[in-house]
Amino acid sequence: MSAYGRLGRTIRKTILQAVPTMLGIVVLNFFLLKLAPGDAADVMAAESGSATVETMAALRERFGLDNPILVQLANYLNNLAHFSLGFSPRYGMPVADLIGQRLPGTLMLMLAALAIAIIVGLLLGSLMATFSGRVADRLISIVSLLFYSIPGFWIGLMLILLFSVKLGWLPSGGDSTIGSRLTGLPAVLDRARYMVLPATSLALFYLAIYARLTRAAMLEVKSQDFVRTARAKGVAPFFLITRHILRNALIPITTMAGMHFGGMLGGAVVVETVYSWPGLGRLAFEAVMARDFSVLLGILLLSSFMVIVANAAVDLLQAWIDPRIGASR
Amino acid sequence: MNSHKLGTYAAETIDLAPPARAESARPATQPTAQPRWTHIHAPDVRASAVHGTAWRGLRREFKVFLSNPNALFGVAFLLVVALSALLAPLIYPGDPMEMVARPFLWPGQDVAYPLGTDSMGRDVLAGILHGARISLTVGIAATLLGLSAGILIGATAGYFGGLVDDILVKFVEIFQTIPSFVLLVVLVAIAQPTTGTVTVAIAIVSWPTVARLTRAEFRAIREKDYVLAARSLGFGHARIIFREILPNALPPLIVTSSVMVASAILMESALSFMGLGDPNRVSWGSMIGAGRDVIRTAWYLTALPGLAIVFTVLALNLIGDGLNDALNPRFSEER
Repeated sequence: MSAYGRLGRTIRKTILQAVPTMLGIVVLNFFLLKLAPGDAADVMAAESGSATVETMAALRERFGLDNPILVQLANYLNNLAHFSLGFSPRYGMPVADLIGQRLPGTLMLMLAALAIAIIVGLLLGSLMATFSGRVADRLISIVSLLFYSIPGFWIGLMLILLFSVKLGWLPSGGDSTIGSRLTGLPAVLDRARYMVLPATSLALFYLAIYARLTRAAMLEVKSQDFVRTARAKGVAPFFLITRHILRNALIPITTMAGMHFGGMLGGAVVVETVYSWPGLGRLAFEAVMARDFSVLLGILLLSSFMVIVANAAVDLLQAWIDPRIGASR
Repeated sequence: MNSHKLGTYAAETIDLAPPARAESARPATQPTAQPRWTHIHAPDVRASAVHGTAWRGLRREFKVFLSNPNALFGVAFLLVVALSALLAPLIYPGDPMEMVARPFLWPGQDVAYPLGTDSMGRDVLAGILHGARISLTVGIAATLLGLSAGILIGATAGYFGGLVDDILVKFVEIFQTIPSFVLLVVLVAIAQPTTGTVTVAIAIVSWPTVARLTRAEFRAIREKDYVLAARSLGFGHARIIFREILPNALPPLIVTSSVMVASAILMESALSFMGLGDPNRVSWGSMIGAGRDVIRTAWYLTALPGLAIVFTVLALNLIGDGLNDALNPRFSEER
């Protein structure tokens, strides 16, 4: 089967699976919104400061809140189909715009964290597998278990304490120097300086997982025949590890990285509140504090959607990396 | 693993012999020289308990677990935490949220307050000991709830298969797709934060993992011969699920449960750090949240409760690793 045919089949299968999941999430989201104390009319009334029973009723009628619940669900779906997630009275702008503003910050943070986690995790995992059973392996495995146990927000605070308060090397919060008019490379470097600490705090947990996973996968691959053949024909140890073993151990790691997208989004919520990083997580925190449920549930919906997209992307990536996947199903 | 399974089977057949002999001996009172044909009597399965033999093989696992120094360290530390949680009301009978001394006493400055006091003059050690209560109760209760829900749903899906399975798998998938911490924040924000709602919310976001695992185990075990035997003996679904399959599906679930307690403690601390914990009870996360504002001047207020979280979670993860090595050497390391 051609590569394109394989990819096409994978795409079709993924979409067929994703649509019912998405629908389920939307319905769940709608009922959570209904469960939340206070509807849009309450929020508006609270914002305006004074409201009579009549104006409340009028507001409810205007927003269709007096309709039967199924009609409301239909309206909600209709709005979603037009990419409308509702209106946030607190911010005075549509929820979709608000989320759109904050999304790039979170995505950048997550990508940076994922890159750190995968690169360092692969490195540590390879070291552990190479020296398996010896001191280096034990030491790194204890360190990785420690990383696995540290809450992201706490290590964030400790990093701030060390690098910002005590040493003064890195900024403690925000995403760029306020009021600076940097452009080009200096601006990128400035942003990178702000990103080091939050990305590291977010990455540590996943770094530990990837290190352990790489170790296990490499030890598994190592015992296979083709590795012995490669060693017998005289491949240098370094190339044996990087080209023959690591490459084949990558499949489970890409799978896990895709699965961790959602978890990382959740971790970003906490880390962003620590570093006051202007992203979705920080927005979610502000929405919780303001009891702004339309924003909160908009974030929930959009992040679930992003998880589905990420999973689909991983499926495609794997169908492309490994011809055995996708062809058989 | 395989040889071990065979071992249990052997133990089972040997174990079944005595009751069979006792029964065959009763009607035939006269001494008979003929050899006993134990295998032509179907042993009365109702009379011989299943679990009595199933747990016998665990002695080896127990030995492996006890020979693992990391796991022992984990158990020891967890015992210390559990003990301090139990004894906290005895050692510090008062409300840990009450002001007892001058604020910002550093650790070691006053012997009466070995870990110092916070910005409101509250005893940090009392807070940490009382915080252990909430972390452990929430962690354990949420895990038990999540385990029960996950096992019930996973077992139903894996055992019955077909349409039931399809629907339940879709349901699990929905919950697995939603970023769990975001869902947790939403749930706790909607239901007002109390210890109970936080526990239930953590259980709601953690059951899907159990359900998936249970389903996979049940699907594999469902096809085994002894399940077929149980079915042919006319056992009901409930008995097959809970007495035949579940005990054999337990090892990975036990490993998962210790990791689940760890992640529940992490989630609880993150929630209360963000101000979404029970406002009337002191917790490690809320102590960190309060200490955060004064991190420049009194960093110990952030560091100490954090260390309590790190070591408790580490202990649970070490136990999980030890259980993993002991119960299932081939159980994959990915989580």
